[in-house]
Amino acid sequence: MRTVPKLIVVALCLLWSVSAHAVAVEKVVSPGGIVAWLVQDHSNPIVSLSLAFRGGAALVPDDKAGLASMTVALLDEGAGDMDSQTYQARLRDLSVSLGFSAGQDALYGRMKTLTDHLDEAFGLLSLALTEPRFDRQAVERIRSQMLTDLTRQIQDPNAMAQRAFAKLVYGSHPYGRAAEGVPGTIEAIDIPDLQAFAKTRLAQDVLYVAVAGDITPERLGPLLDRTFGGLPAAAQPAALEQANVLTDGRVEIIRRPIPQSVVVFGQEGIGRDDPDWYAAYVMNYILGGDGLNSRLMTEIRVKRGLSYGVYSFLAPKERGALIEGTVSSANDRVAQSLRLIREEWAHMAENGVTEAELADAKTYLLGSFPLQMDSTQSISALLIAIQLDRLGIDYLDRRAGLINGVTKDDIDRVARRLLDAGKLSAVIVGDPEGF
Amino acid sequence: MVALRRPWGALAVLAGLLLAQPASAQIFKPETFKLDNGMTVVVLPNHRVPMLTHMVWYKVGSADEEPGHTGLAHMVEHMMFKGTKTVAAGQFSRIVAQNGGRDNAFTTADYTAFYQIVASDKLETVMRLEADRMANLRLDEKDFQPERQVVLEERRMRVENEPASRLDEQTTAALFLNSPYHHPVIGWDVDIERYRLADVVDFHTRWYAPNNAILVVSGDITARQLAPLARKYYGVLPARPVPERLRPQEPAPAAARTVLLRDENVAQPAWSRDYLAPSYRDGDVRHAYPLQILAEIVGGGTTGRLYTALVVEQELAADAGVGYDPSRIGPSVFSFGVSPRPGVALDKIEAAVEGQIAALLKDGVTADEVARAKNRLRASVVYARDSVNVAARILGASLASGQTIEDIESWPDRIGAVTVAQVNDAARAVLKPERSVTGRLLPLRDGEGASR
Repeated sequence: MRTVPKLIVVALCLLWSVSAHAVAVEKVVSPGGIVAWLVQDHSNPIVSLSLAFRGGAALVPDDKAGLASMTVALLDEGAGDMDSQTYQARLRDLSVSLGFSAGQDALYGRMKTLTDHLDEAFGLLSLALTEPRFDRQAVERIRSQMLTDLTRQIQDPNAMAQRAFAKLVYGSHPYGRAAEGVPGTIEAIDIPDLQAFAKTRLAQDVLYVAVAGDITPERLGPLLDRTFGGLPAAAQPAALEQANVLTDGRVEIIRRPIPQSVVVFGQEGIGRDDPDWYAAYVMNYILGGDGLNSRLMTEIRVKRGLSYGVYSFLAPKERGALIEGTVSSANDRVAQSLRLIREEWAHMAENGVTEAELADAKTYLLGSFPLQMDSTQSISALLIAIQLDRLGIDYLDRRAGLINGVTKDDIDRVARRLLDAGKLSAVIVGDPEGF
Repeated sequence: MVALRRPWGALAVLAGLLLAQPASAQIFKPETFKLDNGMTVVVLPNHRVPMLTHMVWYKVGSADEEPGHTGLAHMVEHMMFKGTKTVAAGQFSRIVAQNGGRDNAFTTADYTAFYQIVASDKLETVMRLEADRMANLRLDEKDFQPERQVVLEERRMRVENEPASRLDEQTTAALFLNSPYHHPVIGWDVDIERYRLADVVDFHTRWYAPNNAILVVSGDITARQLAPLARKYYGVLPARPVPERLRPQEPAPAAARTVLLRDENVAQPAWSRDYLAPSYRDGDVRHAYPLQILAEIVGGGTTGRLYTALVVEQELAADAGVGYDPSRIGPSVFSFGVSPRPGVALDKIEAAVEGQIAALLKDGVTADEVARAKNRLRASVVYARDSVNVAARILGASLASGQTIEDIESWPDRIGAVTVAQVNDAARAVLKPERSVTGRLLPLRDGEGASR
């Protein structure tokens, strides 16, 4: 029961507490009990909103793969008494941008409006979420767009490699399918499927909302009720089984007549709630993180010119995490790139990191984190990510301590636990020599 | 809607985000001044968070390269990370990262830009580094040879592995007969393989002078705070003569051209049409503002004329759009791009687009369409101010491609002053068959895609 009588603002977390102008995150609870995190910024007449519903593409049955993506793509293609063109024209005339997407574990939405059109923008968002129409013409148009996009992926070696790698490591688990489905399953989706998915997945108990920009808690509270109050209280219970991540060192080749081979590699990773998460996070930065300075980048790009870029990253899906990476090299050099990656993998597992590397990694990870808060849209997106990761509104205060607390021993331990060069699996799309 | 990756995007390499965010706005209100050596300084205060974007823009790009040296401007951009008299190769980005910052660079036909995003108390550190590599670059063969390979891998990744990008290179080369926009920013592979370190050093020496550079700092800073630092680090570098930037005129176009790329990797066909168009600085420049309104009316999202006709009503296409970027020193391009639905022949797509163009030229746009387009374009100005980085990029790109602060700040007024007749005149001046190149991307044989 939602009995909260009035607007509550539970402050707050100071994002830049060392600074004169800290960014404050407020927790706004609407009269009807809808929660949103808010960062006020009245310097421009703009409001950005990000939202998520926990539970995404992995929850649909195999024979309807792509249903989540198709449903959310149709939310802004006609709602309430407006058909698709009327709805889209309204957004456009008000200069409101609105979009939805589906990940494996969550559905995402984002909206940006001028303060002048706040009421109408939230009204349009509400209609999209609570009264999507799924008109036949719009459904067929979106279906054709999805099929076209899938066809284009066939000529995109990066997309091919990503898809094949997911299949390789997750097998028949839903994570092994692409969120966008395949032609056969997209053709099998009909209007009742879309209606049912929207009705069962877009609900208040799995909803997360974050807002940044030119709006006060007093103004936001009632808008939250009007926008989200019409959603069902609870999503249909859904349980996703734990994935059995298979990485046994195999290399799968997909032959393509292209000059450069594209590689996706990885092995089982570490969950976001694992006590060693932060150690793994720092370790990965040193191994293959941002920029030109990682070990992989140094060995493969800087010293040898074998690739434009090589990266590794933690992919902590809810039910089966990976540590994953990408590289692309000319067909006659890709074997050397992959060999060097295995060497670095083994070197990190055996020897860990140096104190100097650890110190540099900490200053970078602490200093660069706030730099992503470049716009109201990026601030609201960050707040949603924090909520989905169940980190709490004080996370921005705690993050520095969590990273500073990582020791060389922590990293050496987590590297030994995670990295096994012999089990590093890969998919190569191209015409690689030596395989 | 589904966000499809655009199959065309001939402009994407050159224009990037400028397409989406018109260079703009009474609202930036930048402060600007010049150093004694001629370097322009632009400050865009935004105190929301204690960070800033520090950018140095050089007025040199791939269009300033000499024959046989295509891609050299971009190669120099890469080599700028390779060391100076006092900073060893690779240390630049390492020091930025050790200070919690991010850095990168990019090259277009008209300019080359370097930037760092840092906490505001790290400004002086990155200014010292950036000024150092303007004046004291020291390059070594052992760093150059691997970096050449990196650029060749970058070209394979961006172009040779992507049939749509290879077609873009060909249509652009076909469109520009005399302009140096003819060749790709990254360069032809045959040139990348051949130029020498001495060519890199020479290019840097000729163009990377303070009087040929623009400093843009956006974020938690004021002009008062910046001025002494700018004088200290950049103001002490001596000015020197830089070459004239040559942008040869295009001859009057004489023939409609079609470029067909068939490739065994193509699964999804695509159709594009590029028209040679004026920019702010080249050709019949009075059309530059009306063409932005035209692009919004014809290509604006899912309610523009092209999308409505081809995607929604005729159900021939999965996506359709229009691109136009006036911020260039030389001529620009007004482009159409369409992604057909499965099984729809490109001839049908072409006929449908030509039908739209014919109707546009015959009946013109309406006063209501122009009014709505103006509203949307003016709203985009407010959004452009939201991001510290985007604002810095818009200002730097506009200035580096020959506009003034006055031009940028009066953009909303100039857009607002455009009449229906001016839009129609611009459409009739530009959308002529002989000004166009049509691009067709197809599988090796009709009806076949790459194997699934």
